[in-house]
Amino acid sequence: MNVVAKQKQQYVTIKGTKDGLTLYLDDRCSYDDLMKEIEERLVKRSSVAANSPLVSVHLKVGNRYLTPAQEEELRALIRRSKNLVVDSIESNVISKAEAIEWVQKTEIVTVSRIVRSGQVLHVEGDLLLLGDVNPGGTVIAGGNIFILGALRGIAHAGYAGNKEAIIAASVMKPMQLRIGDVMNRAPDYKTDERNEMECAYINEHNQIVVDRLQLLMHLRPNLTRLERRM
Amino acid sequence: MGEAIVITSGKGGVGKTTTTANLGTALAILGKRVCLVDTDIGLRNLDVVLGLENRIIYDLVDVVEGRCTVQKALVKDKRFDNHLYLLPAAQTSDKSAVNPEQMKEMIEQLKQEYDYVLIDCPAGIEQGYRNAVAGADEAIVVTTPEVSAVRDADRIIGLLEAEEHVKPPRLIINRIRSNMVKNGDMLDVDEIVMHLSIELLGIIVDDENVIKASNRGEPIVLDPNSKASIAYRNIARRILGESVPLPPLEEEEKGLFSKIRKIFSLK
Repeated sequence: MNVVAKQKQQYVTIKGTKDGLTLYLDDRCSYDDLMKEIEERLVKRSSVAANSPLVSVHLKVGNRYLTPAQEEELRALIRRSKNLVVDSIESNVISKAEAIEWVQKTEIVTVSRIVRSGQVLHVEGDLLLLGDVNPGGTVIAGGNIFILGALRGIAHAGYAGNKEAIIAASVMKPMQLRIGDVMNRAPDYKTDERNEMECAYINEHNQIVVDRLQLLMHLRPNLTRLERRM
Repeated sequence: MGEAIVITSGKGGVGKTTTTANLGTALAILGKRVCLVDTDIGLRNLDVVLGLENRIIYDLVDVVEGRCTVQKALVKDKRFDNHLYLLPAAQTSDKSAVNPEQMKEMIEQLKQEYDYVLIDCPAGIEQGYRNAVAGADEAIVVTTPEVSAVRDADRIIGLLEAEEHVKPPRLIINRIRSNMVKNGDMLDVDEIVMHLSIELLGIIVDDENVIKASNRGEPIVLDPNSKASIAYRNIARRILGESVPLPPLEEEEKGLFSKIRKIFSLK
């Protein structure tokens, strides 16, 4: 790795790929040393003409955690070298807050209660509700909603804009269904009581449709997962 | 130390006050010492239903503001020697005249002397409701077999479940018309109980005599033959912890022919 190690400890390894440059940054040196070396090797020695095309740079920082401010500083520094622009920064580590957020977004939250009129149940990940949603009650989830009971109120899956999310219920009698920013309401006429589990999803015409649960394996194969999606 | 039970519904006009008056009277007949508290300040009418309107001297707001003691404000119902008392609501103030802490303190005081303190809650979920629930240990939700009343009952059950000092609420379904239920024009009892999923305390059939009795200021439980009266007495016994089965809703067919048919159908 260290080509010029004899003269000086080298913290930055540059590799050219067809996507541009990949910079492997040492994760044991201090941040200041790293910045100094990038500045010396990329910015000061850059000898290209000012009007040459832009080259994208991918940074791999290993086990170093960069704060958003430091990331911004790095981007600004590399940008000073006329034709280099940072495309991505990849790190093996994330902060605790990010980890918690990630877990919240991907975990299945199990809740056992009845969501009654006027109540709102809000989770970040998938919702597994062991109980009913009564008329006037609302459940909101960042991911999918699975209800082992009757859905008679409002369900909003993928509220942050995830249109792949689905809503499944043992008894599907909702007032309204919402997935992402698409909305659908129950028909004004009474439908016959079907005792069949159903699911709601967004079809290719960007409309919410309710269908047999068994169709899901073809519609959303990604729902099956042994490891958590990243 | 007695128990305080709040009788509430969310929606107005479903029979909270009638239920409070009749359950209180039924408990008094069964030998318990009962105090009824009307918390519908500004729109009191529990006193009217009980026929005690003319005897009110002090009211709930007088007690809370320290103008008299609780004992002095209580109106005794002479029909049930020393068993039934009413603490009337004020008619000249409004709900904001009392706060939940004051109510809690007052109910606590009443619980020392009475076996049961029944609190008649005003309609709605605002200040009046919060006052009524503040001192309660138990709650009874009254509803009628109408979609709007069931919807409000659902809302109120949700609010009651969030109150940590109140036991899980129980349900009374009022004004059931058996012929309408049979024709499918009215929600039936099972449907309502399944929807609200709380314990059913009793059902009361729609009976003109209830209105007549209320207008006379005599609770219907005093009439031993009315169906509604029997239903209220049964509920009172269930409150005391007895196990009383729910009677079937349909009218028994009378006459020889139907009896014969019944025998054959049993086989």
